[in-house]
Amino acid sequence: MAFEGLAQRLQGTLQKIKGKGKISEADVKEMMREVRFALIEADVNLKVVKEFVKTVSERAVGQDVMKSLTPGQQVVKIVKDELTNLMGGEQNPIQFARKSPTVIMMVGLQGAGKTTTTGKLATVLRKRHNKKPLLVAADVYRPAAIQQLETLGKQLTMPVFSLGTDVSPVEIARQAIAEAEKEHHDVVIIDTAGRLHVDENLMQELKDIRELSKPDEVFLVVDAMTGQDAVNVAKSFDEAIGITGVVLTKLDGDTRGGAALSIRSVTQKPIKFVGMGEKMDALEPFHPERMASRILGMGDVMSLIEKAQENVDEEKAKELEQKFRTQTFTLDDFLDQLQQVKKMGPLDEILKMMPGMNKIKGLENAQVDESQMGRVEAVIRSMTIAERTTPEIINANRRKRIAKGSGTSIQEVNRLLKQFEDMKKMVKQMTNMQQKGKKKMKMPGFDSLFR
Amino acid sequence: MTFFKKLKEKITGTNETVTEKFKDGLSKTRNSFTSKVNDLVARFREVDEEFFEELEELLLQADVGVETVMELVDQLRWEVQRKNIKNTEGIQSVISEKLVEIYKAGEELDTELNMQDDLTVILMVGVNGVGKTTTIGKLAARLKEEGKTVMLAAGDTFRAGAIDQLVVWGDRVGVEVIRQSEGSDPAAVMYDAIRAAKSRKVDVLICDTAGRLQNKVNLMNELEKVHRVIGKEIEGAPHEVLLALDATTGQNALIQAQTFKEATNVTGIVLTKLDGTAKGGIVLAIRNKLKIPVKFVGLGEGMDDLQPFDPEKYVYGLFAEGLEKEAE
Ligand SMILES: Nc1nc2c(ncn2[C@@H]2O[C@H](COP(=O)(O)OP(=O)(O)OP(=O)(O)O)[C@@H](O)[C@H]2O)c(=O)[nH]1
Ligand SMILES: Nc1nc2c(ncn2[C@@H]2O[C@H](COP(=O)(O)OP(=O)(O)O)[C@@H](O)[C@H]2O)c(=O)[nH]1
Ligand SMILES: [Mg+2]
Ligand SMILES: [Mg+2]
Repeated sequence: MAFEGLAQRLQGTLQKIKGKGKISEADVKEMMREVRFALIEADVNLKVVKEFVKTVSERAVGQDVMKSLTPGQQVVKIVKDELTNLMGGEQNPIQFARKSPTVIMMVGLQGAGKTTTTGKLATVLRKRHNKKPLLVAADVYRPAAIQQLETLGKQLTMPVFSLGTDVSPVEIARQAIAEAEKEHHDVVIIDTAGRLHVDENLMQELKDIRELSKPDEVFLVVDAMTGQDAVNVAKSFDEAIGITGVVLTKLDGDTRGGAALSIRSVTQKPIKFVGMGEKMDALEPFHPERMASRILGMGDVMSLIEKAQENVDEEKAKELEQKFRTQTFTLDDFLDQLQQVKKMGPLDEILKMMPGMNKIKGLENAQVDESQMGRVEAVIRSMTIAERTTPEIINANRRKRIAKGSGTSIQEVNRLLKQFEDMKKMVKQMTNMQQKGKKKMKMPGFDSLFR
Repeated sequence: MTFFKKLKEKITGTNETVTEKFKDGLSKTRNSFTSKVNDLVARFREVDEEFFEELEELLLQADVGVETVMELVDQLRWEVQRKNIKNTEGIQSVISEKLVEIYKAGEELDTELNMQDDLTVILMVGVNGVGKTTTIGKLAARLKEEGKTVMLAAGDTFRAGAIDQLVVWGDRVGVEVIRQSEGSDPAAVMYDAIRAAKSRKVDVLICDTAGRLQNKVNLMNELEKVHRVIGKEIEGAPHEVLLALDATTGQNALIQAQTFKEATNVTGIVLTKLDGTAKGGIVLAIRNKLKIPVKFVGLGEGMDDLQPFDPEKYVYGLFAEGLEKEAE
């Protein structure tokens, strides 16, 4: 049930335009409708979407979309550029205080990832900036919140300041800063309790901590899966305590992450980091362009096309196409293709980009998880030549051997074989589709990739 | 009898404080949503295309999602035509009726937990930070209140402090927590817990699991294994698999529901954090596409902040003002 990205959404419109020669303002309008839906499905707030679409429409009509031979790509490009711009801007790293310690406050809704990010941030500060952070356990409300931070401190061999749950968070912050001064910690990170932005008492508490600790950074930690409400949350926190930056967590998931745009557009504050996992090293700088692609559900389409053109060996592409057509495509070719694709980017995104591909059933199963690619390679490499050419002979015993040889599991071997079958089926469908079509086309999609 | 009057009757039969609590928890939702509907109704004399467009936007802003909103609004268009409604008076009840109808999808809804005569096992699943552990605490309190004996299994052996968190809840509610050390195999914890639950003859065992994002294949496999181990020990268990969904979550919740359903055969949803301003409209889409019912809603961090979900009340919450007006 993965949601369609913008590229796929535009397919319908583009199909209609095809062969019309010239496209009209109405066509552009229709494309903008798709842009609107793609963004809403990516969880960008509706009001933000409207404003955005207005800007983009003006650009689209003003520019050469209407004269362009590839209006779809043109629209995608404009949308993506505009998104990137909006989310980009100065990528200033952490603001450090002139006089130590630098104080960083972590705030946000319940379960957003504040405590985890506190640990990750401390890791970055120590490793990249040579700092000696003190972690402050100021969540006195959630059960075992202090133990959570203390456990992280132990894992990282990093000191954690806590006064139990009977002391007010404001007092904890005060004493922690005194401790940091005494013990020469140059950064203090205050982990506060999660709270609702409409909880007046608890918001007042944050104001009090801010007042007292004069933080150099106030990071709003936001779950990347947040929906329409992101604007209310970000606005309330910003208005109440004045945030200085945003950390977007759980981006290792498969959410589009449109909240990034919503937050950025209501607060104008930079997104500084993204959380990419539960482990302590999973904090990365924010890349506006990647985020834009992600929101649009297209990997990195533009550069992908460029890369594809650079990387794909023309000869090989032709050969592959021939094999596809004659259905002599083997696991060896599959491996070969993986190598090519690895140079380009995510395979399923490439597949999705191919016109017509999104209409083919079974594609869901044909998706290859990038992180799994290495394992897929290992599996194929553990097969004999005969097995690679005629996978039908791979029986239970062979599967066991292959799994063992590749250090994977039988399930993984099964999955790969299934994927390969699906892919062959899919190609068959595609080939049939073409033969039915009047115009003699080359491989759909592969055309646009390999031209 | 109008829809609202029917609703009112239905509700007056129920516990007042429950209704109040539910209303309180939903008041923000209700205020913004209802006042918007009222604005809309006031602004438009006629039910025309523009009216429907605005209605669409209202629902989109509640995270219902493009597809379901389109479907819903199409059905409304049809309904309006069929009933020959020309002005906006009365449209509100059509809207709420339709919302309930879509939610019910022609089935008699059962939010009751599937309780067994002997041991009932409930497995709690969901992505990170949505409120699984807290819900377990609240649910345990609720079941204990009903006179059941409850035991908890600390199956989140991964997140720092997760076991301690559940143990605190166990102390609060006054129920036993079966635990192993951090980092141990969650399936082994479940195995232990089931043995303990059987030997102590408790009525309900609620199993916590570590939060995991649905696209992590190995973590989902681990969850499947936990599910399997429980089923091996007791036939037909777990009897309930509850998916915790954060009301703040946008469209990704649909994928969460789908993937967790595939892995663990989810039997119900707990919609948490509804005490915030988020509306959790995605449950309409989930119900519509995956047929998973919402069984409980979370309305705060306290022990008694868990309430059974009732689609009528949910819609009542959204349209309470309209209800009061019509009932006068
Ligand atoms: N996959 C993934 N999980 C994350 C990430 N950041 C945090 N988490 C998980 O999200 C859950 C909640 O994280 P916490 O750090 O406890 O969140 P919090 O904001 O401190 O929560 P409260 O203190 O309960 O309000 C935990 O299960 C974390 O492991 C991330 O970037 N990716
Ligand atoms: N406001 C509010 N907070 C909640 C609710 N349910 C859980 N939480 C909070 O959300 C955070 C994450 O909850 P937790 O139970 O640890 O989530 P888990 O990671 O899924 O087990 C905690 O801070 C909880 O107190 C709810 O219904 N309303
Ligand atoms: Mg925390
Ligand atoms: Mg938990």
